Amino acid sequence: MLQERVPDLSRRLSDFVEPDRVRREVYTDPAIFELEMQRIHERVWIYCGHESQVPKTGDYYAVQIGRQPMVMVRGADGKVNVLYNRCPHRGNLMVGDRQGSSGEFFRCSYHAWTFHHDGRLRSIPMMESGYAGTPYGKDHPDCSMKRAARVENYRGFVFASLSPEGPSLKEFLGEARVAFDDMCDRAPQGEVEVVPNCFRVIQKSNWKIFLENQLDALHPSVTHQSTGRAAHEVEKEIEKKTGHAPLSYHMLSAFATVTIDKWDNFQTLNYPHGHCILTGYMGLRPKDPDTLAYEKTLVDAYGHKRMEEILGVNIHHVLIYPGLSVQSPLQQLRAVRPLGVDRTLTEIWHFRLKGAPEAIYRRSLAYYNLVNSPATLVNADDLENFWKCHQGLSSEGGDWVSFARHFGRDIQNGERVETAANCGTSEAPMRNQMKAWARYMAAQ
Amino acid sequence: MELQQEVEQFLYRQSELLDTKQWQAWIDLFADDGVYWMPADPAHKHWDGVPSIFAEDKNLMAVRMKRVLHPDAWSQRPLWGTNHVVSNTIIESYDSSEVIVRSRFHMMELRRDDVRHFAGAYRHHLRKTAEGYRIKLQRVDMTNAQAAYDYVLQVWV
Repeated sequence: MLQERVPDLSRRLSDFVEPDRVRREVYTDPAIFELEMQRIHERVWIYCGHESQVPKTGDYYAVQIGRQPMVMVRGADGKVNVLYNRCPHRGNLMVGDRQGSSGEFFRCSYHAWTFHHDGRLRSIPMMESGYAGTPYGKDHPDCSMKRAARVENYRGFVFASLSPEGPSLKEFLGEARVAFDDMCDRAPQGEVEVVPNCFRVIQKSNWKIFLENQLDALHPSVTHQSTGRAAHEVEKEIEKKTGHAPLSYHMLSAFATVTIDKWDNFQTLNYPHGHCILTGYMGLRPKDPDTLAYEKTLVDAYGHKRMEEILGVNIHHVLIYPGLSVQSPLQQLRAVRPLGVDRTLTEIWHFRLKGAPEAIYRRSLAYYNLVNSPATLVNADDLENFWKCHQGLSSEGGDWVSFARHFGRDIQNGERVETAANCGTSEAPMRNQMKAWARYMAAQ
Repeated sequence: MELQQEVEQFLYRQSELLDTKQWQAWIDLFADDGVYWMPADPAHKHWDGVPSIFAEDKNLMAVRMKRVLHPDAWSQRPLWGTNHVVSNTIIESYDSSEVIVRSRFHMMELRRDDVRHFAGAYRHHLRKTAEGYRIKLQRVDMTNAQAAYDYVLQVWV
């Protein structure tokens, strides 16, 4: 008898998630994906971009939030607004390019309605004669571009929520704020600016597979072994020849030199909204002249004690659920834009520490190129695994995905769930993300 | 015309080394201080200090080669092959020691069951040596790179 292949949506959403495992449809069912976009991405705080992407009045950047095409734009008052990228007249996209300048105001390419950068209607051609006797005009709400329900900025990082309700951005981020604090504090001037190139990489897999991988401490020495070993060999050769290999070789060889048994030494910290922090492992504070010169700029700006505190923060990744992975010590982040149930866009940005020496920028730039470009020596093997994972989950070879590693050993510390000593490879981050997922999805 | 033919033959041989996966021989075409560069932005003038898709000296080329040859380079396990066509060769300038030459490439790639096409422009800065030309800088402006990257590039294009 033929099997029924239509997903069984009579199942309650809570039946999809158990404390240590998740049903495969969570990753592969298009109906669940649509619901995720409505109940998660179009409600919670989503990262839009950094304010330095739109430095001048009228500068804009298009961004997708869930299923909604949005545009982030700098207003004449200096504020960054986030609007639906849609003309209220006939529905045309207001901007068709990914980025650019709208000048003094937005002007629709279809019938020349114009709008201020906060979305308010500015003019309609022959408005008085054309709309005489109708309620439409400048004061009618249907004649303005719709704004995101809430927009907030944390240290230059702009987030929007399409829901008028919910926690403030600061409450939502909670301790995961350290992602931005750590990045900005490392700048002698206390802020960062975007490097104006974005690597946009498409993953042929569900968005959650990427997020789960970000704090998966068991995978690096397996997935990235080939690059770790190759980089380690060349690193040794360079050291033999010149006495010193660039730090970028160390960043790659760590995948091989930190062997699989050592990854339990790290720790993940998990938070109620689904956010997680993975502590650092690469040892990014060598004693070379570039680092010492950089330390001096920090001492001049903040004093010695504060410099030690700033450089003592030991983080590899901070995951801000459901759409952002921040690597603060290397000043880069990946924003996740789900395109479909099996297709995900990541926008990968690099930032410059204002006031830091050029050498520090170049050091993290090397990592940005080697890890995050489409010629990546690292993510290529992740993307291969993500694709294979999604393919396998689409099969009927099993119903469940297991997150049982070190299950039952997590330590609840107030709101925070910490992995126990020697349990760094715990699948606690996945359990925590799915717990948050189930809570978001259950809210009508 | 002799120079034209000489540099064309060099470009053809270089792409043949890629298509036949002779990585070390391909790397050997670069001068010791040679750089292979694929800019992220066509407006960039120099590879140093800007985001790049590739910006590799011979040491990094060696890492890439060793990685691709490692049996656990998972993304390299499926069957894949490429076919390059190089054409529209224009000599931009030359003197007794160096030649700058522009050309266009089209690469068809087969990976698993998928065929993809990549195209763009090369700009080779060649240095004359006793062993023949050596590449000081190869700039690759790949047109595909101006859209979202729906692929990974694991060896040079």
